[in-house]
Amino acid sequence: MTMIVIDQLKRAWAISKKDIRIYYLRGPVIIFGVLSPAFLFLAFMIGRDLPVDFLIAGLLGMTIFFTSTSVTPVIAPTETQTRNLERLAASPVSITTILLGDILASVLFGIGISLVPILLGIALGVTIIHPFILAVAIVLASFCFSAMGLIFSSTPTGMTSTVMMMSMMVKFPMVFISGVFIPVGELPQWGRTLALISPLTYITDLCRYSFQETNYYSVPVNISALIMFMVIFMITAVKLHEKSLPKRL
Amino acid sequence: MNAIEVNNLTKQFGDFTAVDHLDFEVENGEIFGFLGPNGAGKTTTARMLTGIIKPDSGQVKIKGIDIQRNPIKAKQIIGVVPELSNAYTDLSAWNNLQFMAQLYGIPKKEAKQRAEELLMMLDLYERKDHKVKTFSKGMKQKLILAMSLMNDPEILFLDEPTSGLDVRSARLIKDMLLELNKEGKTIFLTTHDMEEANQLCNRIAVINHGNIAAIDAPEKLKMRIGGLKWIEISFNMPVDFSDLHAMQGIVEVQKSGDKLRLYTDEPGRIVYQLVDYSRLNDLEIMTLNTMTPTLEDIFIKLTEEI
Ligand SMILES: Nc1ncnc2c1ncn2[C@@H]1O[C@H](COP(=O)(O)OP(=O)(O)OP(=O)(O)O)[C@@H](O)[C@H]1O
Ligand SMILES: [Mg+2]
Repeated sequence: MTMIVIDQLKRAWAISKKDIRIYYLRGPVIIFGVLSPAFLFLAFMIGRDLPVDFLIAGLLGMTIFFTSTSVTPVIAPTETQTRNLERLAASPVSITTILLGDILASVLFGIGISLVPILLGIALGVTIIHPFILAVAIVLASFCFSAMGLIFSSTPTGMTSTVMMMSMMVKFPMVFISGVFIPVGELPQWGRTLALISPLTYITDLCRYSFQETNYYSVPVNISALIMFMVIFMITAVKLHEKSLPKRL
Repeated sequence: MNAIEVNNLTKQFGDFTAVDHLDFEVENGEIFGFLGPNGAGKTTTARMLTGIIKPDSGQVKIKGIDIQRNPIKAKQIIGVVPELSNAYTDLSAWNNLQFMAQLYGIPKKEAKQRAEELLMMLDLYERKDHKVKTFSKGMKQKLILAMSLMNDPEILFLDEPTSGLDVRSARLIKDMLLELNKEGKTIFLTTHDMEEANQLCNRIAVINHGNIAAIDAPEKLKMRIGGLKWIEISFNMPVDFSDLHAMQGIVEVQKSGDKLRLYTDEPGRIVYQLVDYSRLNDLEIMTLNTMTPTLEDIFIKLTEEI
């Protein structure tokens, strides 16, 4: 049994390597994963006088969110269209293994790109007060958002643009209720309630803690929330993809 | 133990039954042809046999392993060439093969050696580092065959592997299949090309509307259907059909251009009668041919019936 699990993990890693080779440099990944958070951030920041560490913490949360949710949704529709999926479905890997491979590729992308705002922050003189918590937060959040991306791509379509549009409709509003631009504590009551159901809230809060110690929730609450969302997203993604895979062939 | 055992296999799409309670088995070391017209349910069946889609009912055993209960173990020992599949066009031929090897857990050294062998055999070695994007259709199809062989499978499933290929590429693939079969691999081949089935297969199942119309060796299939031999004849003047119908042993008379087709089991005896008939009525026989059925005739007859 453990042998089977280890074998499947190795095979998931093979799928990640394939994803990394093929999907990192795809147009939609770059546009939705890297450029859109950058522009969103600039648009918000210009003309305001906000402390740098506040801005960097928000930017980091948002970057992990956008990058990690941009790789996974591209894979399934692309492979539906290019007809690679049947080959994959015929090989001795479970759907969970395939999705885990996709998640892993996306996590590495999320972590890699999140170094950009961190380095930018350091260059601007921001200090990281809690680097270990920050590292844990980034890894957890990347897993959580990568799994979330898989839910967007579970509609059995071959149109990447459809999936990306759908995911953007959810992702943009989430940014505004998750304490990225306005701290959760300053939101009106309904905003604070909405913030609870957004996983982005908790990673942003952890970033605030790591840079400024101005967190709204406690660290254990944030971490538990991220783990909970991650588990829910993964289970849901596997269920949905199991249903949709036969319709993609 | 048979290579493949299929019990009561059924698949429905909504109200439509694409595969209808199939039962058959494929013996070890055989090339088994699955022959049927478009929409007969060949691909759907092949997908269920290889664990790509789940049947609504019924069971498939691969070397005794239930593919539904133990998909990973069963898939490990088969190779699959799907009908409309692609290699990853953004990867090189070499990387596609290595990716396959990793999916099947083949050790690196062995994978390297196998990939080299297969690329050589299929005449792709020179292009191994080129992206698959740049390959022709025939090259892509050969690569997909190579990909299906990376795990050295005991059973190979191919869904119309030569469709759309020119004669030479199709020939190369067919020769390779014969070679693999000689090495002991069992092959399940889906096709609507009679000639291909006739050349390659030890046994053929003719399928239509999700049902098996007949399973047998190609030659036996040809013999099995009575009244399928015919005589083609033309006279210098029109003749009365009913005269011909009246002859002993003629099953059916059909007009075919300016000739007549007389279906019979005993062409030899009919020829005598025809000569007598023409003498008696002062007719001249312009052409006279006796024909035995091709697999195509069997196919058309069988797929008309159900
Ligand atoms: N996913 C699906 N949803 C609905 N109907 C389907 C689906 N897949 C196949 N069918 C139907 O099932 C029937 C059998 O299809 P199948 O692809 O198995 O035929 P086939 O024998 O492989 O034909 P061909 O020679 O054209 O490849 C067809 O009528 C087809 O329309
Ligand atoms: Mg088909």
